Amino acid sequence: MKGMTIIVKTIASWIKVLVFLFGIYIILFGHLTPGGGFAGGVILAGSYILLLLAFGKEYAEENLPISLASKLDCIAAFLFIALALCGFIYGAGFFFYNFIQQKFLVEYESAGELVSAGAIPLYNIFIGIKVAASLFLVTLVLSAFRLESQE
Amino acid sequence: MEIFYILMVLMLIAGIIAVETTNLLSAVICVGAVGFGSAVMYLFLKAPDIALTQTVVEVLGLVILIRATISREKSFISGDREFFAVVVSVVILFLIFVIGTGIFADMPPFGDAAFARIPDSASQVYLENGVKDTGAANIVTAVYLDYRVYDTLGEATVLFTSVVGAIVILRKKSRKLLFEEDPL
Repeated sequence: MKGMTIIVKTIASWIKVLVFLFGIYIILFGHLTPGGGFAGGVILAGSYILLLLAFGKEYAEENLPISLASKLDCIAAFLFIALALCGFIYGAGFFFYNFIQQKFLVEYESAGELVSAGAIPLYNIFIGIKVAASLFLVTLVLSAFRLESQE
Repeated sequence: MEIFYILMVLMLIAGIIAVETTNLLSAVICVGAVGFGSAVMYLFLKAPDIALTQTVVEVLGLVILIRATISREKSFISGDREFFAVVVSVVILFLIFVIGTGIFADMPPFGDAAFARIPDSASQVYLENGVKDTGAANIVTAVYLDYRVYDTLGEATVLFTSVVGAIVILRKKSRKLLFEEDPL
């Protein structure tokens, strides 16, 4: 699998960085503007799927190996639960308590700024990493199965 | 509310048949009957959106499962009863359509903010206290990552499970098992 033509490769090598940056923007500004972890994660995965389609499976695997993607997936899911557990321990005694906002930021009128809303941006980042790694893994596994069964 | 007891008894019978029967195809159809029974129950509880979701998921799951069992068992439905099956399915579809239109007629008209007239409804509480409670300017994010974050946990778990399932089914070892012998 050598990928597509030189035109597609050139355009993809310019576009991929912009798509990746746009995904990061959607994730980081999820608590201020429309968007969030799921949408941004899909866009991040889309930049890697663009690499997979334009340059072939080997090039995409060099950029984000399967082992690293599965580790990112598991670590982000674990951190999501761990932050929820922190709310259980430091907060009012229930899961997913937004303890950063309620303990430290409740006096500070910060709604509308980038650093605000306590734990919500952290949840967004973890969900974004998780969704990006998951979707990339699904696409990679399905495409690998298609290629090997054709041989 | 007798309809709920009738549906519940039907769903219980279908569930028991699905567990006890030896024929894989009838087990799959009984599982589908349980799902459609719960979809009709959601219709009577005035939750048409959840009933639609349940029906769509149930149809997709049934098609995939029936395709899998037919390729495994090679048991085909004979052509003699096809006319009877078509009549029964058209009648059932018409019944569900009539019930569904009756339930949509009870709902408030489109664009009417029915919950804004109720003082302490959940949406009013979120809109009034959202910024103070969570500090997030985006009220949608405040709902799905603070008030209703268990939903998000469930969605993330569904995604994680689907990735694990895809990798386990499509890896080389299980494909080797597929061509060697049937483990069942």
